[in-house]
Amino acid sequence: MQYHRPATFEDAVTLAAGAQGVTRFLAGGTDVLVQMRSDIVTPDTLIDIKAIPGTHDITRQEDGGWRIGVAVTGAEMREHAELDRDWPGLVEAMDLIGSTQVQGRATLTGNLCNASPAADSVPAMIAAGVTATITGPDGSRTAPVEEIPAGPGKTSLARGEMITALHVPPRGTGGGDAYLRFIPRTEMDIAVVGCGVNLVVEGDTITHARVTLGAVAPTAVLVHAAEDALVGRTLDEEALTALADLAEASCNPIDDKRGTIRFRTHVAGVLARRAAKIAYDRAKGAAK
Amino acid sequence: MALDSSKTTGFKYVGTRPDRPDGFDKVTGRAKFGADATAPGMLFAAIKRSPHAHARILRIDTTKALAMEGVKAVVTRADFATGLTGENWNILENVMAGDTALYDGHAVAAVAATSALSARDAMKAIEVEYEILPHVTDVDKAMEPGAPVIRTGAADASVPEGLHPNVVRYHKSGHGDVEAGFAEADLVIEDHFVTEATHQGYIEPHACLGTLGADGKGELWCCTQGHWNVQKVCAALLGLETSQLRVTASEIGGGFGGKTTVFIEPVALALSRKANRPVKLVMTRAEVFKASGPTSSTSMDVRIGMKTDGTITAAEGVFRLQGGAFPGAPMEFTAMCAFAPYDLKHVRQVGYDVLTNRPKQAAYRAPGSPMAAFAVESVIDELCKKLDLDPIDTRLKNASHEGTRASFGPKWPRIGLVETLEAAKAHPHYTAPLAPGQGRGISCGFWFNHGGETSVSLAMSEDGSAQIMVGTPDIGGSRASMALMAAEVLGIPYENIRCTIADTASLGYNEISHGSRVTYASGLATIKAAEAAVEELCARAAAKWGIPEDAVYWEDGCAKPSGPNAGDFEPLPIAEITATMGATGGPINGHFEATPEGAGVSFATHIVDAEVDRETGSTKVVRYTVVQDAGKAVHPTYVEGQFQGGAAQGIGWALNEEYIYGEDGRLQNAGFLDYRIPVASDLPMIDTVIVEVPNPGHPFGVRGVGETSICPPLAAIANAVSAAAGVRMRQLPMRPSRILEALDSAADG
Repeated sequence: MQYHRPATFEDAVTLAAGAQGVTRFLAGGTDVLVQMRSDIVTPDTLIDIKAIPGTHDITRQEDGGWRIGVAVTGAEMREHAELDRDWPGLVEAMDLIGSTQVQGRATLTGNLCNASPAADSVPAMIAAGVTATITGPDGSRTAPVEEIPAGPGKTSLARGEMITALHVPPRGTGGGDAYLRFIPRTEMDIAVVGCGVNLVVEGDTITHARVTLGAVAPTAVLVHAAEDALVGRTLDEEALTALADLAEASCNPIDDKRGTIRFRTHVAGVLARRAAKIAYDRAKGAAK
Repeated sequence: MALDSSKTTGFKYVGTRPDRPDGFDKVTGRAKFGADATAPGMLFAAIKRSPHAHARILRIDTTKALAMEGVKAVVTRADFATGLTGENWNILENVMAGDTALYDGHAVAAVAATSALSARDAMKAIEVEYEILPHVTDVDKAMEPGAPVIRTGAADASVPEGLHPNVVRYHKSGHGDVEAGFAEADLVIEDHFVTEATHQGYIEPHACLGTLGADGKGELWCCTQGHWNVQKVCAALLGLETSQLRVTASEIGGGFGGKTTVFIEPVALALSRKANRPVKLVMTRAEVFKASGPTSSTSMDVRIGMKTDGTITAAEGVFRLQGGAFPGAPMEFTAMCAFAPYDLKHVRQVGYDVLTNRPKQAAYRAPGSPMAAFAVESVIDELCKKLDLDPIDTRLKNASHEGTRASFGPKWPRIGLVETLEAAKAHPHYTAPLAPGQGRGISCGFWFNHGGETSVSLAMSEDGSAQIMVGTPDIGGSRASMALMAAEVLGIPYENIRCTIADTASLGYNEISHGSRVTYASGLATIKAAEAAVEELCARAAAKWGIPEDAVYWEDGCAKPSGPNAGDFEPLPIAEITATMGATGGPINGHFEATPEGAGVSFATHIVDAEVDRETGSTKVVRYTVVQDAGKAVHPTYVEGQFQGGAAQGIGWALNEEYIYGEDGRLQNAGFLDYRIPVASDLPMIDTVIVEVPNPGHPFGVRGVGETSICPPLAAIANAVSAAAGVRMRQLPMRPSRILEALDSAADG
C-alpha cells in the first residue's frame, strides 16, 4: 500500500489517474480506515487530501451561496453559525453522523463518496440542491450531488476523478430545510430511513419544494412528484397526506437486519410529514 | 478471646461512600487491562475461524502460513490434550474445533508471529477445506423432528425418551397439583414468549499474554472473572500440572458472567509452548460477538390461574433454551427462578437445554432468570389488567416470605421481597401521572446468589496499615467493599487498607467472581481474616501488659483492657503494636478459608414508564426506578451502580439487542453498530432505592446485589410498552418494527 499526501489537486489527480489497483482518497477516514481494518477494502494507493490548501475552508460566495472544502468536518460545519442559519437541515444531517470524535474527522464529501444508501448528509444535500466540482485528468466539471452515488459503495466518478469542492446554493428569502432520520437508538446509528425537505415560501404558500429519502433505495431518492404536490399550496393536512403517500410510493427498499421493506416504506411517509413541518416552520420564520 | 464482629447496625465505615481505590488508575490510564501486558520477545497471535455454521473439517493446510516471514508457530486441535471428558472436553472442543466446526466463528487453527499484522496475514493464509453440513440456529426448530443433529449422544440421563437428540438436558420441578389449581381459578391465561440471545457487551475484549515452556511451567496474564478456574481449565486442556501454571488476573473491563470461562487463553499457551516465546492474544470485537459466550435465546410457555381477588391458584411454565452447540444453557435456573417470587400451592416448571449451531453460551448476569421473569411477569400483568387489580397489591398478596415454600423446593429463610414491593408502592414514581402515549410496568425478580470456595489473607504492616489479598477479580467495586469491611473490624480508616487481587501462586483457591458472591463470600472471609489479626493484636497487647488475652478487647483501632479488674492501661493503638511486631512474636496476619453457604437470596421490584411512538414503533424509557434488597449496602454508591447497570443492560435486551442470524446460519451483526446496546442518551436517570433486610448468613447482613438487578427489567419494560401501545408484547427485543407490526395486527384484529 502506498500513502500519498499531495499539496495540490493537480498532483492528487495525477496520482489517482496513474495508480494501479484500488485507490482511495483519504480525508477524515471515518469510512476508509474502518473499511481497511475490517478487511472490506485494502487500497493499493491511499491519497490523503487534507494537505491541499482550501480543503478545510467554508467560504461565502458572491451570490450568497457557500463553498465547502472537501476536508471540512462535521464539527466545523456545526460551529459555523452563518451556514447553520442558512441551511440548518444540511448541518443537522451532517451532525447526526457518528460520535463527537467522528464529527471531528468526518466530512460531507466523504459521506457523499462513500456512497452508502443510508448516508445522512446526502438526502439533505440533494434537497438543498448542492452541486460538486469534479476534477479529473481531462479538467473540471460540475454535477448535482445526486449524480455522484451510483449504488451501494459505487460512485459515477471516473478513474482519476475527484471532488474538489461542494457548492451550496444561496438560501435567498423564505427558505427552510430539515432532515430527519429514523434509528432504533437515539444516536450512534445508521439511518433505517432518512428524509430531507427543502422549502421556499411566500407568506404561507410554498413556492419551491424538494423532498428526498435515504436508505429506501440503492441511492438517495428525490421525490419528484412532491414538488407538484406542494408548490402553490400551504402545508395543510391534505398536502401532508399527499406528501406522505408520494414518499411511500417512491420507496424501493430491501429487507435487511436494519429494517423491513414494510417498515421502511411506512416510516418514509412519517418522516416526510415530520420533516416537512419543520422545514415549513423554518421557511415561514425566515420569511418574516 | 473469640472475636465476633457480627452486627447489622452501628457501623462506622460500612455504609459510607469513600472514593474508589482503583479510580486514580482508571482515570489516568495507569490501570493495566488484559491487552496492556507485554513481555520481551513477545509474539502476537491470530485465530483462524470457521465461516460456516456447521461444517466437517476435511483438511487444514498450514504450509503457506508457516512459510511466511515472522511466523513462529501454528496450532490446531492436535496441539492440545487428548482423552478429556465432561466439561473440560466441551471447553476444549469450543476453544479449538475437532472434526467439525459447530458455529460461525468457531476456532479451527491459530498462528503466532512477530507482529500482529504478520499474524493476521498468516492466519488468512491457513487453508481449510470444509464439507458444509445442514445447520439450525433456532431453539424451536432445533427440537423439531428432522432438525440437523449437532452431536449424537450428548444427552444425559435426565432427558426423557422420544425427544430430538439436540435436547441434551431436561429439568422438572414443582409441587402440588397444577390442574386442580387451575380448576380453582376464575381466570387462566396461557401465553407464548420468545427472547433472542444477547451479549454481555463488556467494553474490554478478551485478552491474554501466555508463556509456557517445555518444562511444563507457565505464566498467564489474562482478563478474567476467575483466574483459579483459568488455571485449572488451561492445565487440563494443555496436559499440565495445575500448580505449575501461575495465572494473574488483569484489571477487568467488564465481564457480567462472560469472563467466567476460557476462550483464548489455552490457545496462547499452546502457541507459546510451540514457539518457546511469550504469546499475546487479543480478540477483536467481531470475535467477541462470534466466539465468546452470549446468553441463551428462549422459547417459553407460561400458564397462570388467578382468582378475582388476585390469589394465584396455580402456575406452570415450559422453558426451552438453546445454549449453542454445547450443553449448558441455564434452563434449570430459568425454571427455578420463574415463580420464585410467589407463594404457590400448585406449581410446575419444565426446562429443556437444546443444542444449536451457535457459540457456546456463557453466564450473563443471573443466567436464565431475566427471561423467566419476562414470561411470568407478563402473564401476571395481563391477569391484573383483565381482573382490574393493582399489580403491586396482587404481587404482595402472593409474595414469598420467610417460612413459605419456594417454587423449587426449599423453605425461604428471611427474605426481602415484601419490603421491596412496599417500598415500590410508597415511591412517588408509582403514583406519578403518565403523559399521553406512556405506559407503566412493574415486575419482580429473583436471583439465588452464591457462596463458593473462598480464601482471603490479610497482613498488617509495621505502620499499622493493612493489606488484604483476595482471589476474586473486582468486577463491581469489591476492593472498596473489602477495605470497608476490614476497616470496620480493624477500626482503622478505609484509606489505610489496600486490597489486591492476588495471583494463583499467592493465595489459596478461589472460585470465580460469579453468582453475586464476592461481597458476600470474600467479604465474609475478609471479616474473619481481620478478626484473626485483631485476636493476635490483642494477644500482643495482653503480653505487653502481662494480663490474660481474654482480658483485652479491641475498639476503634486500639487494644484496651476489658475493665477495671483487668488493669489500668492506656489504650494501645494498632500502629504501636505493629511497630514492634517482629520482636513480639513475628508478623501479624490473618487468613480465612471456607465455602460459606449462607448467601442470602435477593429480590427486586422495578417500576418503568415507557413512551411509544405509534407512527414509528420507537420506544423511549422515560422513567425507571429500581428497588432491591441489598441485605446491607457496604458501599451504597457501588450498590446503586449495580442496580442501574442491571436496569441499563435490561433496557438494551428488552428493546434493541439481539443476535441476528441469516439463512446461512452466519451472524449478521458482529459489531456494536448493528448490535445495539443502549447509548447514554437512550437511558433516563435510573432512580434507586436500597432496601436492607439483613442476610442472617453474613456477619454484616450482606446479600449479593449484582445480578438480581437484571431480572425484572425485561418484564417491567415489556409491561410498560404493552400498556403504552395497548397491545401485549410477547417477543424480545421490542424493536420498532416489531412494535409497529403488533400495532398493525391489533388494528386489523
